[in-house]
Amino acid sequence: MIQANSLTVQAAHRDILKDISFKLPTGAFLAIIGPNGGGKSTLVRALLGLQKHKGTVQFGTAESGAGKGSNRRVPIGYVPQIKTLDRSFPALTEELVATALKKRWPWTIDSACRTIVRDALRSVSAEHLIGEPIRNLSGGELQRVYLARAMISTPPYLFLDEPAAGVDVAGTADMLECVEQFRREHGATIVMVTHDWDVAMHHASHALVLNKEVISFGPAHDAVSEDAIRKAFGHVGHAHGVFGGGHHHD
Amino acid sequence: MLTAYLEEGITMIDVLTQPFMIRALVAGVLLSALAGYYGVFVVQRRLSFLGAGLGHAAFGGIALGLWIGIQPLWIAIPFTLLVGIGIAWIRDHTRLAADTAIGIFFSVSVALGILFLSLSTGRNADAFSYLFGSLLSVTYTDLWVSTALVLTGVATIPRLWGDWAYATFDSEAANVSGISTRSQDMLLVSLLAATIVVSLKVVGILLVAAWIVVPAASARLLARTFGGMTRLSVLFAVLTTVTGLALSVVLDIPTGAMIVLVQAALFAAAMLLARGD
Repeated sequence: MIQANSLTVQAAHRDILKDISFKLPTGAFLAIIGPNGGGKSTLVRALLGLQKHKGTVQFGTAESGAGKGSNRRVPIGYVPQIKTLDRSFPALTEELVATALKKRWPWTIDSACRTIVRDALRSVSAEHLIGEPIRNLSGGELQRVYLARAMISTPPYLFLDEPAAGVDVAGTADMLECVEQFRREHGATIVMVTHDWDVAMHHASHALVLNKEVISFGPAHDAVSEDAIRKAFGHVGHAHGVFGGGHHHD
Repeated sequence: MLTAYLEEGITMIDVLTQPFMIRALVAGVLLSALAGYYGVFVVQRRLSFLGAGLGHAAFGGIALGLWIGIQPLWIAIPFTLLVGIGIAWIRDHTRLAADTAIGIFFSVSVALGILFLSLSTGRNADAFSYLFGSLLSVTYTDLWVSTALVLTGVATIPRLWGDWAYATFDSEAANVSGISTRSQDMLLVSLLAATIVVSLKVVGILLVAAWIVVPAASARLLARTFGGMTRLSVLFAVLTTVTGLALSVVLDIPTGAMIVLVQAALFAAAMLLARGD
């Protein structure tokens, strides 16, 4: 269960997120959708305790207070936006994945650790990348490596920030299948930022339409309504086929 | 220096076994290992300018020490630490980028250094030994401080190296893992500042940035992992320093310059090797 109570994020006296409250049941798959600059990534960062905020976030029964770097003890897997990755860093895939186990960068990798890393990579069909320098990985490959890293210690919560960005459609579908499987097998709660409404409708059990404040929240098919999209985006012109309407600008 | 000795009928072995030479060699090995170790973070975090900035900041502290007649090391280390903290504070609390903050502290420290030097009479020769480095001026105090710094550096390997490396790769992910990146950054900058100050007598203020950056940069070209880069950088730094020191005695060329030239040659070789990779 994830419960957000009146989350507010301000920068330079401007509201980036305003009074966000929702309660997501355990085992749900939440898609956060909304326009660029609507605060999707900021919300994820606030939920993870990486962004200074007012209000509280509760994971299960553990509550994390307001502020930055709160002492959250709940294990959470996090797949960040890969466009922020420093590809110049000399690292092999196995080292990147092992950081999730060791909680720091590995000086060397012993065989026990490598076995666990290999299993995690196998679960996302990326075992062959284990000894590859990360600068050689494609966007899709890197995304799967990050997913393996996020899932390696089977956390009860998994956060993904725009996993489809820079990845082809087939790659995204494969990846979401891995996420679905992880959710089915472990009963994990998934939170995913996406700009793809199709994805939200097909994979998510719940949706949160966001534009600085909550436009709608609930089971995906109720929350992603034409009205909510119109309010969030100002128009429905990008909703190709979702509502069977094609292009329709206000 | 050497020619003077040789004219007096003293052999090379005699020169190399002189106490000042042994002190310089030991200090060179200890400090270069540290420079190579911390250099990998400097290079990978794109902080090369910080090395130059802290080196010049040390000049202000050293000149202050010379002026008030206290062992310059004891003034320069805290002075440089304060500058390092000041740079980090400006970066974190204003809209200015780190390189701007470094640029400001860099020039203010040099201006203060010039002021203090002009106030102190007859000590300009001492100041020159810091500006360009001077083997003769390496004291036992420098050796003890270097040894303490190396022991501290070794103690950081089991835990802090991994934390720093993780934060270098992705400070947000490191934060999520429970690493308090801000205080650890401060610690890294402090240890780097102390290493730079003590290194000045070997390489000099003008060349200390290269001394920190070039071995790590060469290692970066050849290593596949960050652990490998760190080991290679320490190895390169020690080898080039010992070679540079020996060559500087043989060729009678200032040590700092010779070491950095040897490092540049190694860097060129690493470039060629990496191209063929």
